Amino acid sequence: MDQKQKKGPEKNHPAGQNPSGEQGSGKKSNISRRKAVKALASLPVLGLFGHQVLKKRNYDLQNRESVIRELGLDEIEFPVSDYGTQKHDGDLIRIGIIGYGARGDQLANSLGFMHPDQIKHRNEQGTLKEWLEQEYLNVAVTGICDVFDMRRENGLVVAQNKIRPGGRTAPKLPVKAYSHYQDMLDDKDIDAVIIATPDHHHGQMTVDAAKAGKHIYCEKSVANTEKEINALYSAVKASGIVYQLGHQITQNVIYQQAREILNKGLLGKITLLQTFTNRNTSHGAWVRHLDSQGNPRPGSETSIDWKQWLGSAPHTPFSIERYYNWTLHFDYATGLIGQLFTHEYDAMNQLLKLGIPKSVTSSGGTYFWKDGRDMADLLHIVFEYPERDLTLMYSGNLASSLNRSRVIMGNDASMEIGNNIMISADRNSPRYRDKIRAGLIDPGSPMITYNPGAGKIDAVTSATERYYASRGLTSTTINGRRVDVTHLHLREWLKCIRDGKKPSINIDVAYEEGMDCVMAHRAYVEKRVVGWDDVNKKII
Amino acid sequence: MSEFNQYQKHNYTGIQLTSLMVLRFLTGWHILYEGTAKVLNPQWSSSAFLQESQWLISGFAEWIISNPGILEIVDFLNTWGLMAIGLGIITGLFFKVAAIAGALLLFIYYLNSPPLIGMEYTIPSRGHNLIVDNNLIEAAALILLALFPTSKIFGLDALLPSKEKKDQ
Repeated sequence: MDQKQKKGPEKNHPAGQNPSGEQGSGKKSNISRRKAVKALASLPVLGLFGHQVLKKRNYDLQNRESVIRELGLDEIEFPVSDYGTQKHDGDLIRIGIIGYGARGDQLANSLGFMHPDQIKHRNEQGTLKEWLEQEYLNVAVTGICDVFDMRRENGLVVAQNKIRPGGRTAPKLPVKAYSHYQDMLDDKDIDAVIIATPDHHHGQMTVDAAKAGKHIYCEKSVANTEKEINALYSAVKASGIVYQLGHQITQNVIYQQAREILNKGLLGKITLLQTFTNRNTSHGAWVRHLDSQGNPRPGSETSIDWKQWLGSAPHTPFSIERYYNWTLHFDYATGLIGQLFTHEYDAMNQLLKLGIPKSVTSSGGTYFWKDGRDMADLLHIVFEYPERDLTLMYSGNLASSLNRSRVIMGNDASMEIGNNIMISADRNSPRYRDKIRAGLIDPGSPMITYNPGAGKIDAVTSATERYYASRGLTSTTINGRRVDVTHLHLREWLKCIRDGKKPSINIDVAYEEGMDCVMAHRAYVEKRVVGWDDVNKKII
Repeated sequence: MSEFNQYQKHNYTGIQLTSLMVLRFLTGWHILYEGTAKVLNPQWSSSAFLQESQWLISGFAEWIISNPGILEIVDFLNTWGLMAIGLGIITGLFFKVAAIAGALLLFIYYLNSPPLIGMEYTIPSRGHNLIVDNNLIEAAALILLALFPTSKIFGLDALLPSKEKKDQ
């Protein structure tokens, strides 16, 4: 190599010139050689660089491999998703959406239907393509039901829009509007319904839909009372329809992988689970009856069927505030419990199969949002599972967005789950004592991170990882693609309808999660320890 | 005598030449290792960095992230571009091209997340920056190195046929 390069410039010399302009044959070869040596002067730097890179590489590999091997993670295999490879053959499923508010619209998007205005907006934002590449689910929205005529009209426009995943081949069926959900349930042209109404309708609508033989995807929470949950449980069980509760978090691949990692027992004995809500905006605190200018949002007694909206709830005069902010009032909802704790509980239930607790205590109050609401804006719930030696604790705060992440604590290590997984060894862990002493594990920082975007476990972590961990849970990464989790949850439901299988948040899981929320709500309202009688299956 | 002529040609004193060489090796080393670390880490992707994008090129960054195919191409070009630039700067081969390409690349990094007033990023930055950050300084250093080349003295460019020979 050196020889060749040294000869290189000499070949130019017969022309009688060299770059330095030196003449004379005596000096020529001497100068060229010296020049060549100087030209190659940077090679030692390159050599040093290579040597250092190899040294660092060996150091990293040794650290990483010994930690991963020690933890038994070198052979772990994560389930592979078939997303994006599936054709949804079989019959077209015709869906009716009951309740076409903000959530109803999001669900329609996740099914593959979008309002033309939103399509235009997303096109400008550059995010339309991602949505159009969503798997085509072989469904048609053929019915929209809402008690507010504006929302009904809006739903019709969305369901009729021809721009959607599946392209031109997707069938275009006529869409009907209903102002009473019973009419939709009577319609033979509807195979399945999505319930996205305020919570106080969930119980009765689920019972009626199951009796009408329609498959059900119901938004959380399951229902507001023990009686309603028992009724809907029996109705769904007797009907044989496929029921899925809208707890889409389970579709985030991170939970499937966290389960695999937990099965390896890396955390030691798990005794405490902590979950949180950290929000600090008026929208996040469910003040939603005003638009961004502070004007009341649309809707009046003439455009909203108030009597039907109230349903079985106590009668009150028409109130646009109650219509939009129903979450605040115990006549219609259970506040933080039914809206957010339910997702947190579901996340932990999916990982550890918690079931219904032995007892629940709850405390808190309306300390910040003093707008006449019933719901607590600061809420603590403690679930006891004595037979599992385990406590689940929830702390919800609507007046601070300081990030507190979901944590599973064991005596050897703890696991934080956000959009990635971080496992940190406990500084007093018996299991990792030697590794900590040897400096291989630093208890001050995560020893393992798992990032689904990368698709691989990594034992080395950076500060950056920690920041990304706290990101939202609206999408997940499958085979390098960003995918909407609600879309995945609906997809699973539809697949189960076609294959006659049980979805992940089926009626049995929904029963547990619904009872948990009712217990927590009663503990807060009745200011007492609420228990569960596992023999007679009732709240005591 | 010949050595003296060479310095004369570039008008560098010994200490100037040494300083330029030091700066050249430092920037070259840094850029080469940025590329090498990415090659050695198959999990690396620019998506986290691009997600941070604000200001002028945020639309472009969003477009890259939302297209997995494009993201893959960008990752590939970035990694091997850094390797090629780093090698070019250290060895002094096609030095000017390497230095200017390096400066451009660093300037794009700078534009992706410039430390302007009111712009906050979740990726922690190195130190405290206001308008000026390490990327911008390194880009300027590379422009400087391109304008005061040393690769014809200590570098493989010296072995390339000289363009200047017709003038002599």
